[in-house]
Amino acid sequence: MNSVLIPVSLALPVVFALLVAFMPAERARGTALVGMLLSAVPVLGLLFLFDYSRAAEFQFAASVEWAPQLGLSLSVGIDSVALLLIALTALLGPVCVLGSWTAITDRPRLFYSWLLVMQTAMIGVFAARDLVFFYMCFEFTLLPMFVLIGVFGSTNRKIASIKFFLYTFTGSLIALAGLVYVAWSASGHYGRWTLDIGELAAAARLMSPTEQGLVLAAMLAGFAVKVPLFPLHTWLPLAHTEAPTAGSVILAGVLLKLGTYGIYRFVLGFVPMAMVEHAPFLAVLAIIGIIYAGLICWVQTDVKKLVAYSSVSHLGFCVLGLLAVNTTGLSGSVMYMLSHGLSTGALFLMIGFMYERYHTRDMGQVQGLASKMPVWSSFMVFFVLASVGLPGLNGFVSEFLCLIGAFQSSSELVAAGHPGATAGALGPWYAAVAGVGMVVAAMYLLIMVGKVVWGELVEPAGHDDAHTGLPVDLSAREIAALLPLAAGCLIFGLFPQPLLGAIEAPVNVAVRSIEFEPVDVPHTTEHAEADLQVGEVAP
Amino acid sequence: MIERLTYLWPELSLFVATCVVMVLGLSPSKETRRLCAWVSAVALLVAGGLAINAPGDPSALLPNLMPFTKLLVAMVGLVLLMLLAGTVDREYEADILAGRTTFNALRSNRAEFYSFFLFSLTGLMLCTSAESLIWLFLALELTSLPTYIMVTISTRGTRSQEAGVKYFFLGALGAAFFLYGFALIYGGTGATHFSDIAASVRANGMNPILTLGMLISLIGVFFKIAAVPMHFYTPDVYQGAASSVSAFLAFVPKTAGFVAIMTLCAAIGWEYGPHGENLPEAVRLLLWITAALTMTVGNTLALRQRSVKRILAYSSIAHSGYMLVGVIAGPGDTPGAFSTNGLAAVLFYLLCYGFMNVGAFAVLAALRRPDGSEADDLDDIRGLCQTHPVLGWSMVLCALSLLGMPPLLGFMGKLGLFYTAVNAGEIAIIIVLGVNSAIAACYYLRLVVTPYLERPAEADVLAVEPARVVSRPVAAVISAASVVVLVFAIQPLLSASGEAGAVAPPSAAPSADAAVD
Repeated sequence: MNSVLIPVSLALPVVFALLVAFMPAERARGTALVGMLLSAVPVLGLLFLFDYSRAAEFQFAASVEWAPQLGLSLSVGIDSVALLLIALTALLGPVCVLGSWTAITDRPRLFYSWLLVMQTAMIGVFAARDLVFFYMCFEFTLLPMFVLIGVFGSTNRKIASIKFFLYTFTGSLIALAGLVYVAWSASGHYGRWTLDIGELAAAARLMSPTEQGLVLAAMLAGFAVKVPLFPLHTWLPLAHTEAPTAGSVILAGVLLKLGTYGIYRFVLGFVPMAMVEHAPFLAVLAIIGIIYAGLICWVQTDVKKLVAYSSVSHLGFCVLGLLAVNTTGLSGSVMYMLSHGLSTGALFLMIGFMYERYHTRDMGQVQGLASKMPVWSSFMVFFVLASVGLPGLNGFVSEFLCLIGAFQSSSELVAAGHPGATAGALGPWYAAVAGVGMVVAAMYLLIMVGKVVWGELVEPAGHDDAHTGLPVDLSAREIAALLPLAAGCLIFGLFPQPLLGAIEAPVNVAVRSIEFEPVDVPHTTEHAEADLQVGEVAP
Repeated sequence: MIERLTYLWPELSLFVATCVVMVLGLSPSKETRRLCAWVSAVALLVAGGLAINAPGDPSALLPNLMPFTKLLVAMVGLVLLMLLAGTVDREYEADILAGRTTFNALRSNRAEFYSFFLFSLTGLMLCTSAESLIWLFLALELTSLPTYIMVTISTRGTRSQEAGVKYFFLGALGAAFFLYGFALIYGGTGATHFSDIAASVRANGMNPILTLGMLISLIGVFFKIAAVPMHFYTPDVYQGAASSVSAFLAFVPKTAGFVAIMTLCAAIGWEYGPHGENLPEAVRLLLWITAALTMTVGNTLALRQRSVKRILAYSSIAHSGYMLVGVIAGPGDTPGAFSTNGLAAVLFYLLCYGFMNVGAFAVLAALRRPDGSEADDLDDIRGLCQTHPVLGWSMVLCALSLLGMPPLLGFMGKLGLFYTAVNAGEIAIIIVLGVNSAIAACYYLRLVVTPYLERPAEADVLAVEPARVVSRPVAAVISAASVVVLVFAIQPLLSASGEAGAVAPPSAAPSADAAVD
């Protein structure tokens, strides 16, 4: 019975997408909202029926064979990390529809049906237990986003959408080569072709260090572009600035997490030793991203571009936490994926609401909105503080955990006998330099709020409140879109313990994976299963 | 010799139909002339039915290649027939109908067109049955010669004539190459039968003359598959010919070429690498360089095109490069397994390519400008999803499949190539393939964006209208539907291509004819 929940949550959005596509245009947005809400129902079921005492196991498993010659099956199953990310996706769905309610007037059916299809693809990425099925969903997310940016974006939408598509498409093809390589090497050990992620993870450790390094490089080509990790981030600001509000929310909220989730599930799951070996180099890239993107934010006048670059900076923390490969860092990183989705998604919504009213996002042209739009301004300040990392809100917990994780992850500290230190290649210096990024983040975000919210009211020349057809301040519909996100930020910040508890088990399994010493097993197709360490199945 | 007839029933049925069609088309009655298409369709169905039940040839190097390829040819041939129906003589018949002229058998070329079409398919099927170099040469020529004429008579414009002449001369050059190469292979092994060549190679190993012969033959056959350096004719010929004939050119000679390449490579075997799973180094290097260059040249040159037919022509070059990767990977060491067999991946990719490429050309063929000329420019398909939704969506699906977007058929084909190349340790070419797929995304995206996302053409641009041949949109829809539907029925296709690509074990007995020769 439970095993139908994931297939249903995958199928519902597509069904509604088809419905929306053949609806009269004026009913599209209503149907889409109903579709998003109904699709969230099975996800709620997942949340309540999930057995949190076995959080590291993949529950609700279901599998249908597709092409056994390619080892391909449609198999799904989730642990608590995947569960929470799916919940985030399902939460952002209706929020996106509400956020685009009045903004999308042209070709609404196209817009909302692709938005719904997107939902399926993203849930598929998190739920997949088959390597190629994962890849199919991962790759398929490009198409809806391409349409959302390319048709509904602003002036430079064409370039932005094509750049987005090509960048990520190229990266993921190279990642596919790496993933297929893992599958091939595992097939040598099992004596049959398998794409089951658990089985592959067990067999992937048996690859030689050189192979692991190459696989790591190939996978990162796909996932690091998605995150995006410096220097592969250049597509993101353009895509964000051109995308419609809902596109930005999905992009920042979930799509970027596909990259970090890919690193967590596949890089850490398949080639943990190589990841630890190259962690310093990758951490340097992440830290450069944190600081460099932060400095870029500082000089932006376009609010949306600023938030876009801040995503690059913030996701650097997330990657840093992953690279620490200890319980603290990984928990922080997973928490960061969730909380960044909430706060940055919300910031993009806020900017969208402002843009709908003023048709500009330039801080020079719109200032001091507090006196005119108090509700909007309160939400803005709230989400900015959440994003900055004010203690008591979500950003703080996750950012702090990531930094602590990086700090503790030092084999030298372990050797020196420091309590709490874990084996790893990072250390206090990495955490200290990355910590500067927090300060930079506080500066640019607060400067932005200072300009846009406080001070003298400045409006673009010729602005007339009546023209927009919207209330001066936020409407009930817009508040309804923001409230769940705000509630999420608060709950995450005040009561992080249940969440941390929920993800502890899978995170610990992942951490244990680097303690696993690779054994030198000759390639053989016979009796291969006996060579594999049973029970060491990492995420 | 005579016992090989048991394998040739599909070819024979096509040949009989060819003769019947030739006569039928000369009839002064329009109704009788119309039967040409139906007779051809029945012949293809019969050939396909015979191919399903046909036995494999246990003495051949690729024992099960015949039934699979023949069935594939018959199926794609049916779609091509829908596309080709009515390509020539429509204007002539309209004139007769209007009373402007009367029927003159000497001016009619409908019969020739259908019978050449069937002749070419017969040649293609004969390629798969080839047991010796001479047979292969004749079959390749039988595949090609009719196409030269089909190109020339496909439209009444001078561009078709130019294209035909160009195609003919370069085709003759290619034929000279591979005939010379075949002669050298004979010189190097003293045998013309593939199984004897294989036995000789197994006994004595490679020698320089044989290697040279292989290289030259392959270069000659590259003309058929439009691979670098024999690709120059492709864009001009595809653009000059009618869209329906271009679709034919992109599938039939290419399939013949790949069958020939696989047969030739099977004759010398894949046992030369460090792990015993590579072609001789010189041959492997030639194929490797050609594959890399073909993909890159095809994809890069496609980027700047505005003509959809030229885009598809360059894409057809690039896809040949992809498929060569499967040949380099070789048949692997597990008989019957799809995931390690590069030849099976090539055969499966041919199937995918057949449908998605014919679909894209069919959309073009189903449209025409008001002045009667063919739709070709990107502007012609702008906003097609809104003006002609069925054709527009067919184009979008086929282009996405050509791009390799999961979960469409093209992605599955590419996945097979990825698997087998990784299995053979050819990591470098996989990276080249990956990067090329990304380059290709640029222009396939234009084929998606232009019909789907852009607005229909403004009033100042000539709007396109559906061509008056009903079967063409049907062909487009069938192809586009196959691209989606076959993904869900992929298991039997993979099994069949896995078997078809299996190479006979080295211990296979030499053919019975060896002694007679």
